[in-house]
Amino acid sequence: MRSTATTGTEARMESFYSRYRNVLLLVAILLAQIIGLAVQVRRPSAAGSGDTGQVRLIRYWVTSIVSPLEEFFLWTGHGIRGAWHGYLNLRGVRNQNLALQAEVDRLRMEQASLAEDVRQGQRLQALLGFKQQYIYQTVAAQVIGTSGTDQSRVLLIDKGSLDGLRPDMPVITPDGVVGKVRDVFRHSAQVLEINDAASGLGVILQSTRLRGILRGNTEGQTEIINILPDEQIQPGEAVITSGGDQVFPRGLPVGVVERVVNDPERAPYMAVLVHPDAKLSRLEEVLVITQIGNTLPTQEESDLISSEQRAADVLAQRLPGQDTGPQQTKLGPNGKPLPGQDPNAPPPPAQPPQPLHTDRFSPMGEPDASAASSSQAPMSAAPSPSTQPGKKKRRASVPTAPATAPATDAAPAQTLPEQASPAPAPTTPPEAQP
Amino acid sequence: MALLDHSTREEVRQHRFHPAVFILAPLFAIFLQSYLPLRHPGFALVDLPLCITVYFAVSRRNPVSGALLGTGIGIAEDALTHFPLGMQGIAKAIAGYLAASIGARIDVDNPGTRILMMFFFTLLDSLLRFGIERLLLNLPMEWFFGHELLRAAINALVAVILFSLLDRLRQRE
Repeated sequence: MRSTATTGTEARMESFYSRYRNVLLLVAILLAQIIGLAVQVRRPSAAGSGDTGQVRLIRYWVTSIVSPLEEFFLWTGHGIRGAWHGYLNLRGVRNQNLALQAEVDRLRMEQASLAEDVRQGQRLQALLGFKQQYIYQTVAAQVIGTSGTDQSRVLLIDKGSLDGLRPDMPVITPDGVVGKVRDVFRHSAQVLEINDAASGLGVILQSTRLRGILRGNTEGQTEIINILPDEQIQPGEAVITSGGDQVFPRGLPVGVVERVVNDPERAPYMAVLVHPDAKLSRLEEVLVITQIGNTLPTQEESDLISSEQRAADVLAQRLPGQDTGPQQTKLGPNGKPLPGQDPNAPPPPAQPPQPLHTDRFSPMGEPDASAASSSQAPMSAAPSPSTQPGKKKRRASVPTAPATAPATDAAPAQTLPEQASPAPAPTTPPEAQP
Repeated sequence: MALLDHSTREEVRQHRFHPAVFILAPLFAIFLQSYLPLRHPGFALVDLPLCITVYFAVSRRNPVSGALLGTGIGIAEDALTHFPLGMQGIAKAIAGYLAASIGARIDVDNPGTRILMMFFFTLLDSLLRFGIERLLLNLPMEWFFGHELLRAAINALVAVILFSLLDRLRQRE
């Protein structure tokens, strides 16, 4: 009897299984994946990537299969485009080179003018105990792929752990911040962009000095959250990294303020929508910052010094009154240098700058002492210091402009002939000589 | 009505493909899905792996193999994102299972049926993913109905072209 019942139960089970086999298998597949999801959410790794070992292995397999194909397509496309553009641009290279050289000169002068500010800033920061971070080393990487979905703002780059990349390294372009490295494989790495909802970046508004956290929203926009409604934030204000997140160095450009909107999830706080400086939807190359230090890098220091030296040369070439060398000496019709163009002649003495508003102490308006004594120019109504002992030389150089006449009118008439004269001005007035 | 009925068992026979097609076509779809948005950001609206899942599921007409194929393709897609593995795997497993079940009942070679089917499955996939993200993972996701309708329409149009290309890879009996 028992064996008959058992056989009946088995038959029923078998018929149940055969009838619902497909559904049962689907439920098993779904259950396995749900359990896998739960395990991944409960056990994030400590490396910052959020993946356990097995998950990382699956990601590695998929990336290893996809990235060589992507690199091949990119390489082919770049090769064709590079050859075509190289041919087209060949004719404009010379002009472009000249323009670039001029721009390099201009930038060197700008850099030289800012060098002293940099050093002063460093001294002050050292006095305050403030640790500035500088970019020491970067690795250029090619963007070879995306996540394929607009819900996950992840890029795939062609550099990995073999190139020195580690999780949480900052990724930038010359325009601005892109994101940070997430998962690193041997030859590739994933970059989480700043407009992803899972990202977070410490920022500061450049003019108002307001600090905040920048993250992505569900629409792929970047926003600074938890802003009080009474903050005075204007559209167009620059947003830079604050360095507070311990990932990005301070001062990197992030974007500009677009507008301030209500944040229904965090009422009564507001959100500031930020337009990223980096073109996140059309990235081709990025820089991964692999090393950051507290002092100015050696290369930048040497660049600064060379820029100062080079700026002096550039400035010397541009100054019209400077000796520009024998090849630029103008010759007369008889083959001899024109008067005032003798290359061996000593340079004219440097003239002090012309004052905007001359007064009686201005050195430019002083006439020759002998002329002053011989002419009948009216003396100043102000008490003369001539009676003071030991001030004889100084007294001779006191201007004799009439007190009633405006000083600005009188000064140019007196200084212009003096400036135009090629002869060196006497350093000592005749009457002052013993 | 002629679109939805199979009068003979001959019409519901399984289509055969070379085994390499089952491996290379999904891989190529995942590669294109990762690569093309880099050049054309709007391409992220298209879901080529879903099209491949639905096509092979309705061609094979086996729900279990459809679910397994969807799981594999979905997990491979998840591996390229920063989400936990299985999010798209679950959605595509259900899509593959249902597509294979439908393929056993209706004529899926007709372009009109393919458009309707792909439109429905894209919406279903989006809905499933949204549910998983919000309910299981508690991720801050929002449902934009207009965006999802547009996505479904684009996928339906792309699927018609893609399916006709994949039809050429069928093995003749």
